Amino acid sequence: MPNMSLKKNEMPVQAPEVRCHNFEEVALGYTKEQAMDEAARCLNCKNKPCISGCPVAIDIPAFIEKVKEGQFEEAYGILNRSSSLPAVCGRVCPQETQCESRCVRGIKGEPVAIGRLERFVADWHNAHTENAPEKPASNGRRVAVIGAGPSGLTCAGDLAKLGYEVTVFEALHLAGGVLVYGIPEFRLPKAIVQKEIDNLTALGVTMNTNMVIGRTLSVDELFEDGFEAVFIGSGAGLPRFMGIPGENLKGVYSANEFLTRVNLMKAYREGSATPIQEAKRVAVVGGGNVAMDAARCAKRLGADEVSIVYRRSEEEMPARLEEVEHAKEEGILFRVLTNPVEILGNEEKFVAGMRCVEMELGEPDTSGRRSPIVKEGSEFVLDVDCVVMSIGTSPNPLIRNTTQGLEVNRRGCFIVEEETGRTSREGVYAGGDAVTGAATVILAMGAGKTAAKSIHEYLQNQPEHSSRV
Amino acid sequence: MFTILKKRRLNPTVTLMEIDAPLVAKKAEPGQFIILRVNEEGERIPLTVADFDREKGSVTVIFQIVGATTKQLDQLEEGDALQDFVGPLGVASHTEGLKKVAVIGGGVGCAIAYPIAKKLHQQGAEVHAVVGFRNQDLVILEKEFREASGKLVLMTDDGSAGQKGLVTQALKELIEAGNQYDEVIAIGPLIMMKFVSQLTREYGIKTVVSMNPIMIDGTGMCGGCRLTVGGETKFACVDGPDFDGHLVDFDEAIERSGMYRGFERHAYESACHLLNKEEAPHA
Repeated sequence: MPNMSLKKNEMPVQAPEVRCHNFEEVALGYTKEQAMDEAARCLNCKNKPCISGCPVAIDIPAFIEKVKEGQFEEAYGILNRSSSLPAVCGRVCPQETQCESRCVRGIKGEPVAIGRLERFVADWHNAHTENAPEKPASNGRRVAVIGAGPSGLTCAGDLAKLGYEVTVFEALHLAGGVLVYGIPEFRLPKAIVQKEIDNLTALGVTMNTNMVIGRTLSVDELFEDGFEAVFIGSGAGLPRFMGIPGENLKGVYSANEFLTRVNLMKAYREGSATPIQEAKRVAVVGGGNVAMDAARCAKRLGADEVSIVYRRSEEEMPARLEEVEHAKEEGILFRVLTNPVEILGNEEKFVAGMRCVEMELGEPDTSGRRSPIVKEGSEFVLDVDCVVMSIGTSPNPLIRNTTQGLEVNRRGCFIVEEETGRTSREGVYAGGDAVTGAATVILAMGAGKTAAKSIHEYLQNQPEHSSRV
Repeated sequence: MFTILKKRRLNPTVTLMEIDAPLVAKKAEPGQFIILRVNEEGERIPLTVADFDREKGSVTVIFQIVGATTKQLDQLEEGDALQDFVGPLGVASHTEGLKKVAVIGGGVGCAIAYPIAKKLHQQGAEVHAVVGFRNQDLVILEKEFREASGKLVLMTDDGSAGQKGLVTQALKELIEAGNQYDEVIAIGPLIMMKFVSQLTREYGIKTVVSMNPIMIDGTGMCGGCRLTVGGETKFACVDGPDFDGHLVDFDEAIERSGMYRGFERHAYESACHLLNKEEAPHA
């Protein structure tokens, strides 16, 4: 008999007043009992609409069935068939717009908490299994993956499982991409990312850090070195700025810089070698998940007042509802319909305020959202000593500028065939933010998966070690 | 691992290290830079390539001990290894087509100016080098510059070596004496590059400066290294590090370089304090 409760099992979390002073994980995860109780809410319906909402097509009802029976390791096996990073996805996927949005239980009441169950199963596996996955027999064919972020790691994992010798080239000193430099510890503990990367290494994937493709080696040299196919998952790492006066004052950060200092370089720890400004009043400009992450980091670093400054209304905010709620619980102020026009500095050229205007919403623009219009005479100065610009990123030009035959669109994103991830150059595939512009972890993973499948099909039809230079 | 093949102290605060890094050595060109970390907990710091040996697979860096990280780096010896060493980053200096060039180096900036002077000299360009230091104890690479230039003017603030005065005075004299330079390349403290650029603007001589701002990744990701050049925001790591000296907003760059001064002083003092503790039993 299914559990007919209209509500999801609540996820235990650290209390807001406690967690806003530490970097430990906010959500604590289901207990075994909560997980089994929640799993019993799944009707195991005939049409399984949830699967079509998952970019990597996890067999959701099947893994939930195993959770209901208490067969957690079997549940993990089902997850792992489709996802290389279940502990990550269970935490950062926007399930409310994907699998859970299609759940029939959501028609009347709340959908099954698929994300929380995925997280539970992956964590249970990591806590109870010592065995690293076994390295499959090698087929002797080499594939290069550029970028150790979500799309690259997924592509590498899938190809390794098929027997390919995969080398991942990462520009930073640590693998993980946005999972380690961008998403904060309190939302995605770095030990979890490392565990997933260790699993890939056990599958035989080589992680080559400190390698900037386009500088240290070129794509052509990878082919010369004997790689038979290349996947580009270099992300969208270039931060945008608004182009307003005062943006180069001391105390203005891109969200990338702010988060990289905090997460990758551990600036939040006492005695870290990497500095970060000790700001008291912080404005984070933007309304996405990255803005929420930056604001919540600023609070944890000890700021008295942190505001999100967003030019549209809360309804148009691209951030996940859960992130917005968590941020509000932690005391982040939301100054919506507000747009900065100038950042003010003091004599020493540190930030001393931000001049803003109020906005109102007009007609829908090309993105379908109502476009913000300046309210006449609404100018005011926000008292801040630090500004974090979180208004988006663009793909890094390094690879496209150093590789012949790769077509890009006018935003600098690689042009690929959607069903295969194939670029305009033979043997070269791409996916993730490098193709779409800034998007989500799971979409990047889906693209990595698609490309792995296409690379496998492509190489099966190629004579071994043929050169495509 | 990136092993230190050679270590040489060039003056009391400046050290040369030759690092085993074959892939970086294969691609490095004068004007480019690398990023290194001393140890697992270390910060990422950019250093400009001072020399490279493609056959040996080594890259030479020359650094001044200014903060905690360079202090730790200076504690390493030949045979020790660096945690990370990535590059070559940035755009190489343009030297093609230059026939007569004045290369200006200030302090540790001479380490970066030298490979450019050498490359120009090897290309057959006439190189006039002007190098400046605070005093005779801090003079580095004098012999190397002499070999790589047709004319070398050594300046010190106190006159203890070469002539007394600033590099701008020497450059002005060379220009006034009728030398017609295709380009002036100035590398050193921001304030020196600012005044060299001011001087050459009066004479209408194209001037290239090498910027070395605070950065983290060195690949365009953090934007911490941004500068205003000709009214536009540029990232030193991917658009530079070389820029037109007549367009760079030096005052802004000088301000930005002081962003973490308080933190750096504190970190440097604790690094020194730690080292003193470690060294105490042997003292």
